[in-house]
Amino acid sequence: MTPIIRSSPVLAFLVLQFFLIFFASTLPCSFGSEDSYTITGRVKIPPSNVIGHTTKFSSVKVVLNGGQSVTLLRPDGYFTFHKVPAGTHLIEVSAMGYFFSPVRVDVSARHHGKVHATLTETRRSLTELVLEPLREEQYYEIREPFSILSLVKSPMGLMVGFMVVVVFLMPKLMENIDPEEMKQAQEEMRRQGVPSLSSLLPSAGASR
Amino acid sequence: MAIRFYLILVVFLLSAIVSFSLYEDQVGLMDWHQRYIGKVKHAVFHTQKTGRKRVIVSTEENVVASLDLRHGEIFWRHVLGTNDAIDGVDIALGKYVITLSSEGSLLRAWNLPDGQMVWETSLHSAQHSKSLLSVPINLKVDKDYPILVFGGGYLHAVSPIDGEVLWKKDFTAEGFEVQRVLQPLESSIIYVLGFLHSSEAVVYQIDSKSGDVVAEKSMAFPGGFSGEISSVSNDKVVVLDSTRSILVAISFVDGGISFQKTHISDLVEDSGKAEILSPLLSNMLAVKVNKRTIFVRVGGEGKLELVDSLSDETAMSDSLPVADDQVAFASVHHEGSKIHLMVKLVDDLDTVLLRESIQMDQHRGRVHKVFINNYIKTDRSNGFRALIVMEDHSLLLLQQGAIVWSREEGLASVTDVTTAELPVEKDGVSVAQVEHTLVDWLKGHVLKLKGSLLLASPEDVVAIQEMRMKSSGRSKLTRDHNGFRKLFIALTRAGKLFALHTGDGSIVWSVLLNSPACARPSGISLYQWQVPHHHAMDENPSVLVVGRCGSDSSAPGVLSFVDVYTGKEISSSDIGHSVVQVMPLPFTDSTEQRLHLIADTNGHVHLYPKTSEALSIFQREFQNVYWYNVEADNGIIRGQGMKSTCSDETADEYCFTTRELWTVVFPSESEKIISTLTRKPNEVVHTQAKVSTDQDVLYKYVSRNLLFVATVSPKGAGEIGSVTPEESALVVYLIDTITGRILHRLSHQGCQGPVHAVFSENWVVYHYFNLRAHKYEVTVVEIYDQSRAENKNVWKLVLGKHNLTAPISSYSRPEMFTKSQSYFFPQSVKTIAVTSTAKGITSKQLLIGTIGDQILALDKRFVDPRRTLNPSQAEKEEGIIPLTDSLPIIPQSYITHALKVEGLRGIVTAPAKLESTTHVFAYGVDLFYTRLAPSKTYDSLTDDFSYALLLITIVALVAAIYITWVLSEKKELSEKWR
Repeated sequence: MTPIIRSSPVLAFLVLQFFLIFFASTLPCSFGSEDSYTITGRVKIPPSNVIGHTTKFSSVKVVLNGGQSVTLLRPDGYFTFHKVPAGTHLIEVSAMGYFFSPVRVDVSARHHGKVHATLTETRRSLTELVLEPLREEQYYEIREPFSILSLVKSPMGLMVGFMVVVVFLMPKLMENIDPEEMKQAQEEMRRQGVPSLSSLLPSAGASR
Repeated sequence: MAIRFYLILVVFLLSAIVSFSLYEDQVGLMDWHQRYIGKVKHAVFHTQKTGRKRVIVSTEENVVASLDLRHGEIFWRHVLGTNDAIDGVDIALGKYVITLSSEGSLLRAWNLPDGQMVWETSLHSAQHSKSLLSVPINLKVDKDYPILVFGGGYLHAVSPIDGEVLWKKDFTAEGFEVQRVLQPLESSIIYVLGFLHSSEAVVYQIDSKSGDVVAEKSMAFPGGFSGEISSVSNDKVVVLDSTRSILVAISFVDGGISFQKTHISDLVEDSGKAEILSPLLSNMLAVKVNKRTIFVRVGGEGKLELVDSLSDETAMSDSLPVADDQVAFASVHHEGSKIHLMVKLVDDLDTVLLRESIQMDQHRGRVHKVFINNYIKTDRSNGFRALIVMEDHSLLLLQQGAIVWSREEGLASVTDVTTAELPVEKDGVSVAQVEHTLVDWLKGHVLKLKGSLLLASPEDVVAIQEMRMKSSGRSKLTRDHNGFRKLFIALTRAGKLFALHTGDGSIVWSVLLNSPACARPSGISLYQWQVPHHHAMDENPSVLVVGRCGSDSSAPGVLSFVDVYTGKEISSSDIGHSVVQVMPLPFTDSTEQRLHLIADTNGHVHLYPKTSEALSIFQREFQNVYWYNVEADNGIIRGQGMKSTCSDETADEYCFTTRELWTVVFPSESEKIISTLTRKPNEVVHTQAKVSTDQDVLYKYVSRNLLFVATVSPKGAGEIGSVTPEESALVVYLIDTITGRILHRLSHQGCQGPVHAVFSENWVVYHYFNLRAHKYEVTVVEIYDQSRAENKNVWKLVLGKHNLTAPISSYSRPEMFTKSQSYFFPQSVKTIAVTSTAKGITSKQLLIGTIGDQILALDKRFVDPRRTLNPSQAEKEEGIIPLTDSLPIIPQSYITHALKVEGLRGIVTAPAKLESTTHVFAYGVDLFYTRLAPSKTYDSLTDDFSYALLLITIVALVAAIYITWVLSEKKELSEKWR
């Protein structure tokens, strides 16, 4: 529990105070015999506000060095790795619904197994081995609520939209054309014979 | 033109937003998940009057689980680490499950109802020894006896309430082996019995409160002990002497030791080497002599007498106290296709409390273990239930002469997986299928539409889900047009073969392998033996199972051929030589049987099938057959070619000798092979050309004969915490296996294993640990063919001056170049696989099995060495992602979504007939299957496609046309009148 920032003890003290407010109890991070030490830490999972998260506390696993040893959490969230040699280790937390950064843990032989922890993802140093998720993970896509826009955006919606444009907006466009030009165009059309919609349909042709 | 078409296709594929994602209501539509526990080692029943009846089990897969005794479902389960084997399990205080693991050095307590870990205690251990767990049965609630644990040379007394070590006693003296820790009921003295140098029995009496040695007695036994021991009562044990012919009863009443020798030949006539069986029976022991099981009663003064003898191989349970101070035990033996369960009183073997005969599937093999439990029937008599573990690892509960439930626990230890097609649906043979009427069909689709527009009520949602689950005969036993229905053939450690249907994961058939040579061969690997698709269409496809008799690599091999459609073993042969390596050859005979070469320990190879036709095909290609073997311990890779037929007199004409063509020797002081990998032999590559942004063409170096090898410094071969960055280096090689030429070498300083790699087309992706950054890294290496690079000129192509049709040979000097890039990856990895599709057109995804037992689908575009920090507009259009220092983990792209494949060991992919789709099967303690479309289903409509919306639109359009026609006619008419 010595401060990490050695150059400015005052700041470090403040940081320590800050942490003490949040985590009322201090942890004995390590103790042990000469060559093997114990790493003790804690996993804190904030109460989830996302509906559908069913992470059970009892299924959270803590993994040392990519599977060298695996441990589970006690009811209070503490975990312990026993018989860890001095050196640099990696701790990962596997909990459904949360993403935890792996933690680099230096167990010092000189300081009798003092533990120094750093989050490898954010490079943040931890004064205590208290692991919190970086983010929550949502494994399912969330269905968009029903909206007119999504209906319009679908291929069928586009087809209907195009039809609406043709039926209602085209006549409006025609109106805007200069009446004389319109007449001219109509005459031209008449000369060529207008293919009306009714003549296109075979039944219409028969009825004539 | 083809290139242009391909380019358009590629651009189309890449521009699509590719990510595996699933809505919560789609779970279980394409995927299934099965939970297992493995072969049961210990079982403890918990059947009190109140509460649910359960059985606590620990298994060989390091699982501790609580099972529902009524249905066999899992209440809770914990998969411990791979080197955390469970030595003992028991229940303490009626509310905690106590497990002892890691060679007696970790003691854990779990809450009985929900499996939450309550406490964990690490026990001091100094040496390897037996680990013994003894949890006292609490008769008086106020008295609190400690849990006694012996392991690692120390005896610990641990409080069951909080796991506190009350006292510990050192037994690590030289040559001293503790055999038994006994505590008589209601006594404060603990007896610790051990052997000193296997010839002297020592008994310590220890005060259970303080752990002090009260008394110590020893007595030498000149014959020496074999180490097999059976405790028959609280003050007596029976051991076997070193010649295995004398039983010695040791009693240590009141601090004294006395021996009582009995020759086994006095008990039975034809005696040989004896073996003490493990069950704990009070005042009796079971001894196996000459394949017979004899029961020996131990009298008051250590006098032994024979009471019963069974000829058949029999499984026995521990003894169980039943009412009125009587003790009973169960035995199970086989008779034909039936098993007989008998529960007898220990004191009086003629009193049979229960005798039941149960029909048993032949493919479950023999009974390995029996656990019994009693209950009081309504007429106040004793009823018994028996939990039995079979040879195929399955777990069954027997009660009242019937199998109440069974669990196929063999599937928790899958060793190899292959795929097989289902039979084609024949005319005439119509599988029962209820066709919906049009109204039903429309109703269903309207429901689906409501669902997709989130307008459905909760009842509708249930109806939709039910409809989807039942839909389209997903579990039909015939082939379908898209190739979605297939069989996964899984070989388990018990030597049993299972065929699992991709539709719902049901077991279509299962077969336990047999062999003429040995009773039960252990399976090694699976191969596709016969897959008829051009010739021999009337024959059923079959798989080849290679096994061996015994665990030693020089043990004789066994080949088994299993019909995939019926699940029948066609033939099984003892091949008379060992199996080191099996090589499927790219040749098939006229009945489409694939030729296989099997290498033995003598350096010979044997050709299968042993037919003259196969021999003639092989002789034609004799000069073109090469193979290699990796000696990882010596750091040598050897390339071999065929030489001649064997000259031995015993050998037949299908045996060949080999000659060594090349060797690659890694310096043992600096490099150690940790991983080797080749491409999957059946992988399909669509095109060799890769068109880059500026219309430039790169040619992939696609060779089947590339071997990826990863080596680390010997110091760095251990775990992560054991080495400093300066001491470790990781080197990867790409070696041509025909010539032994090293095509590429890449060194990563300050890195170490474990290396998990995947090799596909012209690229390798591998995952390793970077010690400097203390993070995992993923590196991609892509290999391109330089010799074809000049073919870019259109005129050359037009004038035919290209070398595209030139044959590729490993002997021509390869002109190739590589591109590589590295990224950080924020998780440990257990295994990596890659998706495979029918034609290889669809873009690929890496399937990464993470340490959390989930499977992440990562698009190959994320591991593309052409990624740059600021891709140009053209590169962006091509789908190149800006370079980031670490690979993203998108939670929606976990293909296992909210599930875990506990104890994940491997991932197998297989193409479906539909090009966009691939089957993914993951195995570990659990099984998981899903169907993936790495570039979305661009060649078929999704299940979500709303036919109803399409219909409504068409109807609306027709109506609109009709209305406009009427209007237009009216208008025309009025115009004519004018």
